[in-house]
Amino acid sequence: MTSPYPILSILGIVVVAMSIAAFLIWVERRLLALWQDRYGPNRVGPFGLLQVLADTIKIFMKEDWVPPFVDKPVFILAPAIVFVTVLMSFAVLPVAPGIIVSDLNIGLLFFLAMSSLGVYSVVLAGWSSNNKYALLGGLRAAAQMLSYEVFMGISLMGVVILAGSFSLPSIVDGQRRMWFVIPQFLGFVLFLIAGLAETRRIPFDLPEAESELVAGYHSEYSGMKFGMFFVGEYMGVTLISSMIAVLFFGGWLGPGLPGVVWFLIKTFFFISFFVLVRAALPRPRFDQLMSWGWKVMLPLALANLLVTGAVVLVWR
Amino acid sequence: MNPHPSMFVLCCRKILMVFAFYIAGAVAVISTLLMLTRLNVVHALLYLIVSLLGVAVVFYTLGAAFVAALEVIIYAGAIMVLFVFVVMMLNLGAHAVEMEREWLTPGIWAGPVILASILIIEIVYLVHGASGGLNSGAVPPKQVGIALFGPYLIGVELASLLLLAGLVGAYHLGYRQVEKREILHDSDTHERRAVAGGDLVLAGADKPARTP
Repeated sequence: MTSPYPILSILGIVVVAMSIAAFLIWVERRLLALWQDRYGPNRVGPFGLLQVLADTIKIFMKEDWVPPFVDKPVFILAPAIVFVTVLMSFAVLPVAPGIIVSDLNIGLLFFLAMSSLGVYSVVLAGWSSNNKYALLGGLRAAAQMLSYEVFMGISLMGVVILAGSFSLPSIVDGQRRMWFVIPQFLGFVLFLIAGLAETRRIPFDLPEAESELVAGYHSEYSGMKFGMFFVGEYMGVTLISSMIAVLFFGGWLGPGLPGVVWFLIKTFFFISFFVLVRAALPRPRFDQLMSWGWKVMLPLALANLLVTGAVVLVWR
Repeated sequence: MNPHPSMFVLCCRKILMVFAFYIAGAVAVISTLLMLTRLNVVHALLYLIVSLLGVAVVFYTLGAAFVAALEVIIYAGAIMVLFVFVVMMLNLGAHAVEMEREWLTPGIWAGPVILASILIIEIVYLVHGASGGLNSGAVPPKQVGIALFGPYLIGVELASLLLLAGLVGAYHLGYRQVEKREILHDSDTHERRAVAGGDLVLAGADKPARTP
């Protein structure tokens, strides 16, 4: 079930994903402001909508400086990796029936593979910067993302058992009778937390903890290279939100409205949830983060997998 | 995919797959050679990662999509991250590159080259006699699972035993008796506060500093 117009879907998904990610910067600032009883950006254009455009123009005008002490090829490569891996993951995302770039029969594994390669962007940025704060940020990112990736994969296996396939369109089709969030609620919670950690959003933003590490792994970056990390983070948020919608909330399925609209509604719901989490939660200590991941989340994910497998075996 | 793709489309797809196979194979071989000759450890690791990604594409073009995905997730995405992590923690500087340069003399290549050329001769001999190739068809993930937990169950069990032994060993090496009591700052005890007369800034000033 590949799309009839492959080039059109590729361009469409790339353009839409990137514009949503850019637009999210404005959404996040407005929503944060709303929850903190202030206005947020409201001067540039109607409702401050053009703020992102103004920021983009500004960031392009800024000097893109490569410090003399960095490892130059790796320093330049690092921000590209985050962009490439996230955009590649969008290739297996089913937006609506027929609107998908590539229906791989291992789509879910492809998503996990790309998210595990995304670690390199942060780690290499931290190492190549040749700066102790950046290095500490990179070390934290490596340990954090590796730990949370382990149970991210395992938490999704319950969905795979229920759907009987790694292909994302078949997983959506498997939810015609019931969304997978109901039998797989634990899996959903685990995936949500792992997703937050993979995108390095606020309760898990220790790699760039500004109160202790200056700006962590991107301390030495400026201009559009910094912008790539920034937009990459928002694209990651979009990706994880749409993955939650596809895997647990029936993707494009829904009454009345067209599939694309349902998909977008569900995705935006989870994007707003990510912003709310950022507004509400403080940052834990790093050892708390690690022991939470390995001692609580991993056993829970394994138990979820075991119970789901046993129930499915007995049921069928 | 059309239900009935024409002969021409199938043919084109196959030729493209063969091209992808050879390009990915070439990338893997070249990046492995570059990995061997790099002096900077992190650069060498980066080439090794590229080589693993190339091998993953080779697996994919041969029809083993599941193995390709696992190659990326486990080797390129997890094991190599640990390697990079350790190298970053060691924080080797320019002197490591110098040391590496001294070690990589032409003489040191002799042994590996002889062994590798024996392997190459063997591979050429085997490939020469072999038939078939890319037309083995795709292997779906379910079939891999059935094979692993059917005829190859004993292999899976042995591998998991080995991994468990490794895990226990790592746990033993990393284990240390952690003091249960949190180490407090000098000013955090009631006696110290009393000595300083309730002055938190001076609390603990009567005690010698802990670090020289």
